[in-house]
Amino acid sequence: MKFTDTILQTATRVLVMIILTYSIYILFAGHHNPGGGFIGGLVTSSALVLLAMAYDVRTVRQIIPFDFKRIGAFGVLVAVLTGTSALFFGEPFLFQVFAEVDLPLFGPRELATAVLFDLGVYFAVIGTTITIILSISEDQ
Amino acid sequence: MNNLVVFPILLPLLSGISMFFFRDRIRLQRKVAVNGLLATLAVSLILVGMIAQNGVQVLHIGGWEAPFGITLVADMFAALLLTTASIVSLACLIYAFHSTDEAREKFYTYPFLMLLVCGVNGSFLTGDLFNLFVFYEVMLIASYVLLSLGGSKIQLRETIKYIAINIVASMLFVIAIAYLYAVVGTLNMAHLSERVAEIGQDGVITTISLLFLLVFGLKASLFLYFWLPGSYSAPPPAIAAIFAALLTKVGIYSIIRMFTLVFYHHPEVTHTIMIWLAALTMILGAIGAIAHWDVKKILNYNVIVSVGFIVFGIGLSHADALSGALFYLLHDMIAKALIFILGGAMISIAGTHNLREISGLISHHPALGWLFFLVALALAGIPPLSGFVGKVMILQGGVEKQFYSVVVISLITSLMVLYSVMKIFINGFWGETILSEEEEKSTGRGILIPGSILAALIILLGIGADWAMVYVEQAVEVLVNPSIYINAVFTQP
Repeated sequence: MKFTDTILQTATRVLVMIILTYSIYILFAGHHNPGGGFIGGLVTSSALVLLAMAYDVRTVRQIIPFDFKRIGAFGVLVAVLTGTSALFFGEPFLFQVFAEVDLPLFGPRELATAVLFDLGVYFAVIGTTITIILSISEDQ
Repeated sequence: MNNLVVFPILLPLLSGISMFFFRDRIRLQRKVAVNGLLATLAVSLILVGMIAQNGVQVLHIGGWEAPFGITLVADMFAALLLTTASIVSLACLIYAFHSTDEAREKFYTYPFLMLLVCGVNGSFLTGDLFNLFVFYEVMLIASYVLLSLGGSKIQLRETIKYIAINIVASMLFVIAIAYLYAVVGTLNMAHLSERVAEIGQDGVITTISLLFLLVFGLKASLFLYFWLPGSYSAPPPAIAAIFAALLTKVGIYSIIRMFTLVFYHHPEVTHTIMIWLAALTMILGAIGAIAHWDVKKILNYNVIVSVGFIVFGIGLSHADALSGALFYLLHDMIAKALIFILGGAMISIAGTHNLREISGLISHHPALGWLFFLVALALAGIPPLSGFVGKVMILQGGVEKQFYSVVVISLITSLMVLYSVMKIFINGFWGETILSEEEEKSTGRGILIPGSILAALIILLGIGADWAMVYVEQAVEVLVNPSIYINAVFTQP
């Protein structure tokens, strides 16, 4: 199906940038404030779905030339391995640590291993959501 | 704290997920799957040893202690089920190598099998009611995929029914959890047990417990079994075998856990209902088993009968009967996997599941025939095979508690079960050999390794019942004394 709507396509170019930026913000805000990997992943997926709707599925595949199933699996792997790493320090599974670090550009920040877990969730959510939506929309 | 407790969940999950990265390399996938399950089996055996020596093993995930965090609890009951589940899924996996077509293999059969095992193991280990729901979902979603994978007409039809019934059941499960939380304000099972004992199991809590019985009954096909015969005949034989061996057993596990740990105060209400549901299940299942002339349907109805029998043992709320039920549960997981594998092999050799069109298989497949005969005897509970001990203990408990009519029902239905499987044996293996070796649809060789492993276990479990009973009794000790479980959860760091 070739679908062209100039207004939608022009708006999408701007909107996708805003949505993606916001999703990254939400992803990293999630540690102490509302947000996190799950909701961040959903927002990112919504940007990709908007792209797929305004242009077509092939465009999305060109932008992100990975198999989304693998992105999802990669996310779960990251999340589980983050949890597993605690075992090497003799701590219970999924144990988390954090430290205050003075970063060059950002100033004093709290770095937590929970963010790594959240990143895993983020990729898992993008992978699954896009896989589901694309396979439904590609169905003949 | 014992991190080993999380490994039966972690190992299948990691091996299943890693397979997504080499989708086309089937041989590598098979190796990863076998190694993952062997490692799970090893961990489960180590856990059994640890629990036998040091009692219940607990892991507070992320260091968040009970009742605030999620706790994994491995008591002997869970560890025995884990061990049996790993052996059974290993056998089904090896059979799947021979019986699954390449298209299915490439479309993630093995990853989803591993995720199914992950969900099952998680359900056995979790000490948190909501987490139990989550692991149920992991298991169910994997089973939806495995059931529909291949997309044949019958599979899609049965998958829709299966998903519909399970979504309703899951919804009721969440509702029941919410009700319980509203009344007692906690979801940690040990904490639940404590609080329910404190405020007494009044009418409201008993009603909620019946809602749980309904939910678990749907999953375990206790009386509400109408979805099972159709759904389990749709997928390929190896998948059907693992479904029959594991999925309903998770429902039974949950019934045992909830009704020995939390809702044990009014057995005259809850457990009596359970017993009569079990009796009905046995009768209706046995009628189904003898009525059909379809190999798959007969085997599926056999699953239902044994669920009824095990739940009868639970409902008696009698320590010996409970040991019997546990022993029979372990036996049934192995025997059901074996008979489904053998039945699947029969069907694939003959190319039909209509028993009237299968005949004389024994002349070309003696091993298949004798293994089938063995497991048929085991299912009926003939000594010295593994079905005998459990059956006797449950029936003794039934007589002691004066449920004579249900005892009679179970005896009659076990004869009907014997008749139904012997019908398959006599019609399928005896008689004139219709198919020459060239005409057969498959060689049926894939059953030899998994079949002999499981058959050996059935014999060992029967002969070594005394040895196995030591472990089963340790499991039952925790079940009849909830304080052991509660203490382990709250005192272990």
